[in-house]
Amino acid sequence: MKPFTVHKGIAAPMDRANIDTDMIIPKQFLKSIKRSGFGPNLFDELRYLDEGQPDADNSGRPLNPDFVLNQPRYQGASVLLARENFGCGSSREHAPWALEDFGFRAIIAPSYADIFFNNSFKNGLLPIVLDDATVDRLFKAVAANEGYELTIDLAQQKVITPDGEEIPFEVDAFRKHCLLNGLDDIGLTLQDADDIRAYEQNRRQQAPWLFGA
Amino acid sequence: MAGKTLYDKLWEQHVVKERDDGTALIYIDRQLLHEVTSPQAFEGLRIAGRKPWRLDANLATPDHNVPTTSAERESGIAGIQDPVSRIQVKTLDENCDEFGITEFKMADKRQGIVHVVGPEQGATLPGMTVVCGDSHTATHGAFAALAHGIGTSEVEHVLATQCLIQRKMKNLLIRVDGELGAGITGKDVVLHIIGVIGTAGGNGTAMEFGGSAIRSLSMEARMTMCNMAIEAGARVGMVGFDDITSEYVKGRPYAPKGEQWEMALAAWKDLVSDDDAVFDKVVEIRAEDIKPQVTWGTSPEMVTTIDGTVPTLADAADEVQRSGFERAYQYMGLTPGQKITDIKLDRVFIGSCTNSRIEDLRAAADVAKGRKVAGSVKQALVVPGSGLVKAQAEAEGLDKVFIEAGFEWREPGCSMCLAMNADKLGSGEHCASTSNRNFEGRQGYGGRTHLVSPAMAAAAAIAGHFVDVREL
Repeated sequence: MKPFTVHKGIAAPMDRANIDTDMIIPKQFLKSIKRSGFGPNLFDELRYLDEGQPDADNSGRPLNPDFVLNQPRYQGASVLLARENFGCGSSREHAPWALEDFGFRAIIAPSYADIFFNNSFKNGLLPIVLDDATVDRLFKAVAANEGYELTIDLAQQKVITPDGEEIPFEVDAFRKHCLLNGLDDIGLTLQDADDIRAYEQNRRQQAPWLFGA
Repeated sequence: MAGKTLYDKLWEQHVVKERDDGTALIYIDRQLLHEVTSPQAFEGLRIAGRKPWRLDANLATPDHNVPTTSAERESGIAGIQDPVSRIQVKTLDENCDEFGITEFKMADKRQGIVHVVGPEQGATLPGMTVVCGDSHTATHGAFAALAHGIGTSEVEHVLATQCLIQRKMKNLLIRVDGELGAGITGKDVVLHIIGVIGTAGGNGTAMEFGGSAIRSLSMEARMTMCNMAIEAGARVGMVGFDDITSEYVKGRPYAPKGEQWEMALAAWKDLVSDDDAVFDKVVEIRAEDIKPQVTWGTSPEMVTTIDGTVPTLADAADEVQRSGFERAYQYMGLTPGQKITDIKLDRVFIGSCTNSRIEDLRAAADVAKGRKVAGSVKQALVVPGSGLVKAQAEAEGLDKVFIEAGFEWREPGCSMCLAMNADKLGSGEHCASTSNRNFEGRQGYGGRTHLVSPAMAAAAAIAGHFVDVREL
């Protein structure tokens, strides 16, 4: 996993609540057995005017000019500004894979669906929760200022606006540690292998029917 | 000291180690695997040179991509027309063979939708932690199990360590008291609940369904309800253990037998929330208030009753909901104030991990019996949840009822719930569907989904538009 320390990038606004995972990456692209290459199909049904197909060339497809990420001012955006319950729906990790592959490193929203939130951290994509009023203020600032860039300092847990305002955010200590260092948490869990074995031995005695089918 | 909720008990029983930051290492008793969310996890194991921690905790079956026509199914994987789907199904077989994981392959009678297969085999048991790379894993909570969907990184994590790093969620109780009216199913109850609390109403919680109305429901109906907890934002849906649970589990292939059955039963009896348990939030619903439900929009919370109308902008709670309504009218091709019974259907889909079990098929067949699918309906599909559900339905003659009425009787799989196989809606088509999500494009590009119960879907197929199943 790519470490996340300090990131500065253009913010793009997705002004819509309950963005679901089918919207983020439609099901036909889930047929891939790889975990990369989903970026061109991020928000496929909103972004293009035709229906996308897996393993197809997307370069000649008609773009929806009204879609925010197609607008010239948001080219190269890497911070996504969103509304409540972002990422609701399925558990597909293809959603954060697509966002990350497209170039997003962080999302800012008032709330997220639980599974999506969890999946994002596993992929170097930082989902930041800020209150409704602050998110609303950022939406207005992004609309008013072309090329509006936000700096995200994970170590300091701050979002920094172009005029120097520092907005603090919360993040789990363990997730922060993994993200800052780009750590694979399977390796970390396996450091507790003895504890897992001890638990398992105990459980085998209490509930033998759960073992050895 | 206050009593414990079912979730508190299940959580405590599975803590391997608590960490300083409030997270815990949680032991996973069962992982179910399917072809869509597992290939990258197996690839991860291979790259890191890791082996599965415990083979017998895993069970796999292909479901999302499998074709449902018997013509395509007859020649096995080679018969899958879509080459990308074919590779994915083949990859699951290869991975399970390579790592030694039990898989019910496409030609196996036991193959089906993971969330139908697990309970049917007794591979889902009370008191277990159950995970799968699929958000509808919440289904298994109907067995007083702690079950939730995970992403592919976590599938790999469970394969490699048999554990997950978790933070405890809040306790939410949805209590449905009273008696459900005739023709009201678990699907109607859960859609009603989502309409009340909203699609984010359960975020951050483990949602337990309790109350007298829930206690009277069958396991199939409880599974339907827990299945859709995720549509209210809760990763976990649960129902406490009782005689209905044990009756369902007893004698199933993976269920304990003899002495171990008695031992298990004694342990399972405690898998209920204590009378004095404290929940972070309680939502009370009166069973008598629930009518047959139909979704009109593009989020499961956009739901109303069969005698209702498409809401107007004046009904929206705030600006965000208002703009959601406006987009939904346009996408769905509906006008505010339009009667639900005036919505005409192009296709009907009876199936999915929400409603493809034997009880669902019986309810739909009851309605279809001696009637005909309306000429205006292009296709009415019935897709059983597993090979065993299909065999049971055929033994009861339900297949004949459906075929005589003009429905297509298919092979088991996820099918048109998410249209990863060939079964899908055309752009602009309206579908009465027993599945779980009415998101834009979910059942096919530009497709318009209305979520209903199996009986309501069958009734809509006959009438060609929505009708109140209670008035048939």
